[in-house]
Amino acid sequence: MSGSNLLGQTPSQTVGPFFAYGLTPQQYGYDWASIAAADMADQATEGERITFEGQVLDGAGQPVTDALIEIWQADGAGSYAAAPGRNTRFTGFGRCGTGVLGDGFFRFTTIKPAAPSKAEAPHLNIIVTMRGLLMHAFTRAYFEGDTRNDADPVMAQVPPERRATLLARQTAPGTWRLDIHMQGDAETVFFDL
Amino acid sequence: MVKLLNPRDFSSHPGYIDKGYRSTALRGPTKPLIPVRGVSLAAPVYGHDRIAPADADLTLNGRKDAEPLGERIIVTGRVLDENGRPLAGALVEIWQANAAGRYVHVVDQHAAPLDPNFFGGGRCVTDEQGRYRFLTIKPGAYPWGNHFNAWRPNHIHFSLFGHQFGQRLVTQMYFPGDPLLALDPIYLGVPAKSRERMVAHFSIDVTEEGYALGYVFDIVLRGENAAIWENH
Repeated sequence: MSGSNLLGQTPSQTVGPFFAYGLTPQQYGYDWASIAAADMADQATEGERITFEGQVLDGAGQPVTDALIEIWQADGAGSYAAAPGRNTRFTGFGRCGTGVLGDGFFRFTTIKPAAPSKAEAPHLNIIVTMRGLLMHAFTRAYFEGDTRNDADPVMAQVPPERRATLLARQTAPGTWRLDIHMQGDAETVFFDL
Repeated sequence: MVKLLNPRDFSSHPGYIDKGYRSTALRGPTKPLIPVRGVSLAAPVYGHDRIAPADADLTLNGRKDAEPLGERIIVTGRVLDENGRPLAGALVEIWQANAAGRYVHVVDQHAAPLDPNFFGGGRCVTDEQGRYRFLTIKPGAYPWGNHFNAWRPNHIHFSLFGHQFGQRLVTQMYFPGDPLLALDPIYLGVPAKSRERMVAHFSIDVTEEGYALGYVFDIVLRGENAAIWENH
């Protein structure tokens, strides 16, 4: 655990509303190349192409139109791009602000990740940040109906009654939706990881 | 074998719900975070190849036909982990207001002038010593709607990825001696013991003769815990 000989962690601060041109410039129409986008897969990417979308909602159920969603995922073979020699056209890292599509929606086009290991279920790692959030929040999206979900080592640490907040459901063939609720009865599970 | 990270030191970070910062009331999670142990994941792979040297020069990357207005500054420092180890290859992204306190983003309606020669976004990757360096313009203070006569101190937004996913950090860098710090709910949302870690210090050594003032801002991310290993 943290000992007194460690340097102090730099504190977190809110991303504010103006990340739009700094972190997602192309999505918001600014003349600067983004280093990561919401359209993560091209025609050459191996795997099952999917759309992953949802709304970010605040404690009053209102859409959050200045959130940034980042996803980091394994590829269609279950490998993260850092593993040498794997599917490197597909980085597995995407960014989408919720201020462009309307109603606080984010939408990624990507490929469905395979399970990174036998013990795990396929999932997307998600970072949620926004104006009014002083520290980013980690969550995950699993795919509803996958028989491996409950045995996944991270899902297994979530109380059963809250697991549904992590399950994206298929709303159309190839389209998976997961809303992110910052508060309320359906508050999304956020991780201390 | 993947080393696990030390936990986020929540005693150094702000809480999710903050009385002074109104927007947190409906946005901060209210249920306890679910602790996840024994999971390690490398930081994302992003478009390293899209990062150009000019991206770190904000006096250049938005220029149309003249130099941007304002006080030219150098902002540099090292990205370290808690063990004092420099993090090479860390992604550092920044965005900021111009010298008049105005952002280029369309939602900023502050009645201060835009500078046609200043964009306000920058990024770079740390070198082998964990060092980053930006040339920019000192951002102005600006009003915001949190409470009557609320002004944000001069600040630069920072976004970082280290070596591991769990090292993600979004923060803000402040300037020494700013009288607005004592009045700013976002700054004050951080526990008193760790606030000053967000304040850069002036350095005459970094300052370039006849050209630009120098500020140093070192950033400390969670460290790998030598005592905890995992077979992966």
